[in-house]
Amino acid sequence: MARIEDAAPAVGRRAPAFSAPDTDGMMHGPGGAPATVVIFTCNHCPYALAWHERLVALAAEYRPRGVAFLMINSNDAERYPADSLAAMRARVAAGELGDIPYLRDADQRIARDFDAKTTPDVFVIDAEGVIRYRGAPDEDYERPELAARWVRDALEALLAGSEPAIAETAPVGCTIKWRS
Amino acid sequence: MQIELLYWEGCPSHPKALEQLREQIAALGIGQEVSVRRIESEEQAATEHFVGSPTIRVDGADVVDPGEQPPALNCRVYRTREGRYSPTPDPQDVRAALVAAQRRERR
Repeated sequence: MARIEDAAPAVGRRAPAFSAPDTDGMMHGPGGAPATVVIFTCNHCPYALAWHERLVALAAEYRPRGVAFLMINSNDAERYPADSLAAMRARVAAGELGDIPYLRDADQRIARDFDAKTTPDVFVIDAEGVIRYRGAPDEDYERPELAARWVRDALEALLAGSEPAIAETAPVGCTIKWRS
Repeated sequence: MQIELLYWEGCPSHPKALEQLREQIAALGIGQEVSVRRIESEEQAATEHFVGSPTIRVDGADVVDPGEQPPALNCRVYRTREGRYSPTPDPQDVRAALVAAQRRERR
């Protein structure tokens, strides 16, 4: 399902290629867009939930400009049933994801390939597949008015053909729940 | 008054929760230290009825009713009084629990 292109993904290097199923089984992966935002997230983490609406709003704002958003749940659903495929489907059915595909990384390979640390952990990938931003959506999950501005600024830079002024921040959130 | 903060190391929210708890304790003039305890295993979480990190208890009662949540090594999901998701309890909920405990002690 996933494969490694680079051993150590980092800003300025090619993102790992992947393809993963959404909650309806349709496969999605990066590519074909001027920018793709890959967000590792989950259903039960308060940090992911606190930032979620900002990211959904950002996706709606940038979709007309061709930007693709993918949300990926890599958590071990056996130990954390709140992250089961059924629970993911329920959120999608409730409209919580907007139009963002919610992908299941069942074998956790995508998270490992990206070296994702937390939920959320955001990667902005350019049209050539190079990671241009990695980190938190913005500096404070408690301040909705920040509107995921680190991701927004990175997208604006990419769409303008320039480099993001802030290319990397520390991801903040719950640890990815790896299988034992 | 017994004030406890239980946490799990895998969730980064407990330093902020402890800071906010101590602010409320100081603001209310409560001369009581916080007992900080780390939960390290799923077995311990079950024994302690720990439903997520952080959990704050005043005289044994959770400052926010955990409802039917099962014990888990997890980050706990709170709601602020404005309805936003948060990894820490609303400071006003913490304050309300401390004030209630103060009143019980004064009876």
